[in-house]
Amino acid sequence: MDPTGQMVLANRLADGQVVFLATDGSWVEDIARGALARDAVAAQRLLADAQLAESRNVVVEPYLIDIRDAAGRRQPVAFREAIRAAGPTVRTDLEG
Amino acid sequence: MYRYDEFDHTLVAERVATFRRQVARRLSGDLSEDQFKPLRLMNGLYLQLHAYMLRVNIPYGCLSSRQLRQLAFIARRYDRNFGHFTTRQNIQYNWIKLDETPDVLAALAAVEMNAMQSSGNCVRNITADQFAGRAQDEIEDPRPWCELIRQWSILHPEFSYLPRKFKIAVSGAPQDRAAVKLHDVGLYLRPNGAGVIGFEVIVGGGQGRLPYVGHTIREWLAKEDLLSYLEAILRIYNLGGRRDNPQKARIKVQVNALGAEEFRRLVDEEWEQIRFTPQLTVPRAEIERITAYFADPAWEQLTDASATVARQRSADPAFDVWNRANVVAHRRPGYAIVNLSLKAPGIAPGDLTADQMDKVAELTDRFSLGELRVSHRQNLVFPDVQQVDLQALWQALQGVSLATPNIGTLTDIIACPGLDFCALANARAIPVAQDIGRHFTDVAALQDIGELTINISGCMNACGHHHVGHIGILGVEKNGLEFYQLTLGGSSGEDASLGDRLGRSISAAEVPVAIEAIVTRYKALREGEERFLDTYRRVGLEPFKEAVYGQNPPRRQAVA
Repeated sequence: MDPTGQMVLANRLADGQVVFLATDGSWVEDIARGALARDAVAAQRLLADAQLAESRNVVVEPYLIDIRDAAGRRQPVAFREAIRAAGPTVRTDLEG
Repeated sequence: MYRYDEFDHTLVAERVATFRRQVARRLSGDLSEDQFKPLRLMNGLYLQLHAYMLRVNIPYGCLSSRQLRQLAFIARRYDRNFGHFTTRQNIQYNWIKLDETPDVLAALAAVEMNAMQSSGNCVRNITADQFAGRAQDEIEDPRPWCELIRQWSILHPEFSYLPRKFKIAVSGAPQDRAAVKLHDVGLYLRPNGAGVIGFEVIVGGGQGRLPYVGHTIREWLAKEDLLSYLEAILRIYNLGGRRDNPQKARIKVQVNALGAEEFRRLVDEEWEQIRFTPQLTVPRAEIERITAYFADPAWEQLTDASATVARQRSADPAFDVWNRANVVAHRRPGYAIVNLSLKAPGIAPGDLTADQMDKVAELTDRFSLGELRVSHRQNLVFPDVQQVDLQALWQALQGVSLATPNIGTLTDIIACPGLDFCALANARAIPVAQDIGRHFTDVAALQDIGELTINISGCMNACGHHHVGHIGILGVEKNGLEFYQLTLGGSSGEDASLGDRLGRSISAAEVPVAIEAIVTRYKALREGEERFLDTYRRVGLEPFKEAVYGQNPPRRQAVA
């Protein structure tokens, strides 16, 4: 399925939590609240903002991921990124 | 067990204090990630898919009940109530916060544990036979030598920046339970022709993308020469190992490029230069001091209680099955070695919850003289259980789901964390292990199949030892989907061998069906008491290939 856009994903420096860059420049844990870039120019702008946050030691290793629409919900296209966004598929009995 | 002396306490405490300062400087921005990453790795802290992961050393797999209680406390206070035992006899926490890591390290130091050199291009945790000091077939206890190597290799100034990581394993028994031949250096304690015990030295074994079984470069090495000979090996590797390509930087590549003979010549040449260096000659008194820590525990004077156990077994078939699979003969009359399976159906191999840890610690004190072991097959071991206590222990273990009678059977699976946790993985490993565990639940059928190891890795780095599983399973990624390649005929024992690839990769859903087909074919082909591995070595790949991919291949719907 073709992607509908791109988002920036990273680990938060202090606790390693997976976070998404939001439109107001904050970093959020909920993929639905992150900023979705719908074209390449917007995506590069998002990435530049993320790299600034990285240089300010807010997050680690930010990068763009492709997002598709799955029945009205945002879903990373790549399997690896889907697991990063949703958490492990095992040990769901022991959520923190 | 070894106990820290004043020097160990000071070293570890200073290391915790240093890392606390380094974390503060990272959080304040004084250190960049590029500057900080090698520092955190030297303290066992990785950044994985979802969070930081901390790998804690369990030296040669030996733990006390007190240490296990502290591991439970850490799991509860700083993680998500569980830990994962690894193929290097270590424990990993998957949800550690960077800003809390110094506190975790301090909590570990309080019970004489640390995470030093559990990552990075240095000598890693020394591993050993999990039955060390207790096995009936043992020639000599490897633990004092493991401890000596640990002390020599920790913060060794010359070997802190090797071309790549370096793994050493030691076994003192003819039956290899420690995958010795798959290590950068493997050591077997062996007698020479005169009956004097020394070391057979094996180099260049390893798994990963380029798997090799190690080569013996010295049939027998005197014990007093151990450190100087290891120093010579490490020095030849440190100087000549490749640093241009991480995939080719392990000693196995150097040994196989030079040839074992030439590598041996280089080592011997170096060794002649350094073998009488005073700091590499360990005084006999020091060896005796270390060995004293591993003296026999306060065993009671007992007589063999096999007859009592036999009566209990005949009265209770489930107890009988557990004994057959999980209990091993002890060298001391009246005692037994007990394996605690961390492979209950549907459970992630090697995982233990904080509550289970506390219960196991309590049972360790009650039944096993306060000490337990971790095996490289991701199980726990009680080394000193009185035979007359076996039934009570079995009943207690059932209450915490640790009495699954499957040690050495095909559901006693090694699995790496895979794509559920690991940043390097291409595919998941744990769900595949869980599916196989749920597929093969008939205990009688498992025991009929007999000894059969399944090892699963989520990528070519082979942390799940897939190359040396009797059946190996390697996760690969194709067009965004997970697939699995099967190999047959691997072994990590004294008859070590690398598995042969069966054929095209299959989906996760097809794996249990394929395993079933392989097992069914094995049962049809086996002769007498042949294990799966024996049958495979006799008949080769073709019958199994036909069983899995033949005209009516077992196949379910592939899923993403």
